[in-house]
Amino acid sequence: MKNFKIKHFINYALVGALLIFGVIMHFTGSLRPSTAQLFAQIGYGIILAVSLNLVVGFLGELSLGHAGFMCVGAYIGGLFAVMLKQSGLDMKLPVLIIAMIVGGLFAALFGFIIGLPSLRLKGDYLAIVTLAFGEIVRNIFMNQKVFGGAKGLTTGSLIYDTRQSPTLFIVVFIVAIIMLALVQNLVRSKHGRAITAIRDNEIAAKAMGINVTFYKLFVFIVAAFFAGCAGVIYAHTTTPVLYSFFSYNYSIEILVMVVLGGMGSITGSIISAVFITAINFMLQSQLSGDLASLKNVVYAVILVIVVIFSNAPALKSFRERYSISAFFERFRKHDASKRRDDEAKWARVPSKIKMDALLSTDMAPDSDASIHGDISANDKGGSK
Amino acid sequence: MSEVMLRTENLGISFGGLKAAQDVNLTINKGDLYGLIGPNGAGKTTVFNLLTGVYQPTTGKFFLDGEELTGKKQEIINRKGIARTFQNIRLFNNMTVISNVMVALNNLPEYKCSPFASMFRLPKHFETEKKMRDRAKELLDIFGLKEERNTLACNLPYGKQRKLEIARAMATNPKLLLLDEPAAGMNPNETAELMNTIRFVRDNFDMTILLIEHDMKLVGGICEKVTVLNFGQELAKGNTAEVLNDPRVITAYIGEDE
Ligand SMILES: Nc1ncnc2c1ncn2[C@@H]1O[C@H](COP(=O)(O)OP(=O)(O)OP(=O)(O)O)[C@@H](O)[C@H]1O
Ligand SMILES: [Mg+2]
Repeated sequence: MKNFKIKHFINYALVGALLIFGVIMHFTGSLRPSTAQLFAQIGYGIILAVSLNLVVGFLGELSLGHAGFMCVGAYIGGLFAVMLKQSGLDMKLPVLIIAMIVGGLFAALFGFIIGLPSLRLKGDYLAIVTLAFGEIVRNIFMNQKVFGGAKGLTTGSLIYDTRQSPTLFIVVFIVAIIMLALVQNLVRSKHGRAITAIRDNEIAAKAMGINVTFYKLFVFIVAAFFAGCAGVIYAHTTTPVLYSFFSYNYSIEILVMVVLGGMGSITGSIISAVFITAINFMLQSQLSGDLASLKNVVYAVILVIVVIFSNAPALKSFRERYSISAFFERFRKHDASKRRDDEAKWARVPSKIKMDALLSTDMAPDSDASIHGDISANDKGGSK
Repeated sequence: MSEVMLRTENLGISFGGLKAAQDVNLTINKGDLYGLIGPNGAGKTTVFNLLTGVYQPTTGKFFLDGEELTGKKQEIINRKGIARTFQNIRLFNNMTVISNVMVALNNLPEYKCSPFASMFRLPKHFETEKKMRDRAKELLDIFGLKEERNTLACNLPYGKQRKLEIARAMATNPKLLLLDEPAAGMNPNETAELMNTIRFVRDNFDMTILLIEHDMKLVGGICEKVTVLNFGQELAKGNTAEVLNDPRVITAYIGEDE
């Protein structure tokens, strides 16, 4: 029980620490606008990674269209916020919150639609459908006059001024913490168990009465809702909101955050969202001019190194000593019950092989050479 | 005449040209411990898959406690009262023993709780979780798995995995329990213990049990009646002792040449 709480606390502490760090910088006046921008990016990066982890890590379905949900949120929530502003509601925070709910709900609707094929398609096939969804969605928005067409949706009136209080990143981190609480609460409930059971063994889950249809759709809807919220936040950091941002590449970037952090690990998603957003940001600001095109190369090299580090067998002992999960494992040490069983004590018997051995002697009802000694098949007295 | 729990009417399915099960007519009374036997590939597991909605029958119908369940979805059939175990154990391996049982409680009306109540940690959530945990512990206690409740299911010894599968199926509160080769891969000691468990379940929970088994000692020891399948068709049925001595059944098992 105790280790649960520490694990829990770590996720809030990570985001909370970032928030406090930012707030201190803000109030001591040392926060540059670009750093505030980075903080906001990290904030919605965390929201995107954790929500995708719900689909990929917990439910176990590969989705390559997460940026599509963000796109829906950014365009619809963004437009809604601009319209609210124009209609005279000039309070930044309420506008953001209302827009986030509207954008999130629309994204959730798309989550429902994209969740439907997930009921029938598996693995690669579903991945292709979600990928196509992401591409279709952004092209639809690009072709709508209301959303600014190819020039993008102008959200200049929504952009937060760094000198203002509270700046956007504070709101973003608070939203991220609320989302973390909701996601963790969901995962640590009967519903989370049902979702994990579906990932572990869908056939058994169905046979135990789990409503697989409901849970798959629900997970897609919840994940899409949060991605939509992240999109609305994005619309408050960048103008214009351009369809090209929500490309396949961005969906993959979110997926990389999830995979790098570990499937089903919320803490991992948070850490790698921070890490990847920060690398991207630094590369973008360090490399200018012609070198800017190197950004993707450097980014890819760093990812390859990280993946090698976290998977190469040769680095196993090093990793065991210094990795993040090893660090957290220390908190879990006392919970020995989880690994108590001595696996060497028993051998897992492949049932078929053993069956054949039994069959040769046991199946003939009148056989004397039964494995079970003198008890023949019809001997009722033999059952004790 | 006791009441009928399960009745199948000419139940059958074909895969392409292969008639995996054909005209299966089972009648199982309440409280029966009924055996379904037959050589490898006879269609026994296929019958279970038909009864649990994994496959939809191409012919025939089946009724549980008088209610027709043909064509229903798996989770509905489970809710109506048919629970099963699998020939190749299908536990939720990455979950603890107690979680395995709690998953099976998920769909019961008495543990209803909306996902939003859980997300916002409303009192209903805590109430439901506590009730579920208590019920799961109670079941694990009955099946002698309480000590291992925090072990991952995949780390259990083989015999206990089989037991956990039965406990998990019982958690769904069924009227009819289907056991697919529960003794497969067990040593004689484990098999003997399993026989006690099965009898215990029948007596303690007033359960009706249909079981597939190759171990004739087990079948002869605990089943009052059996149906023999061969090439998807019923070969014989009736009292266990009589059926097992039927020359046709012996031939089906050991081959024509004998
Ligand atoms: N989904 C399927 N598609 C095609 N053929 C199938 C399918 N399921 C089962 N069969 C076939 O139906 C026949 C009966 O299979 P089933 O698994 O029911 O046998 P069984 O009696 O359980 O045998 P065992 O004792 O080996 O478990 C086999 O020939 C099998 O290949
Ligand atoms: Mg079988």
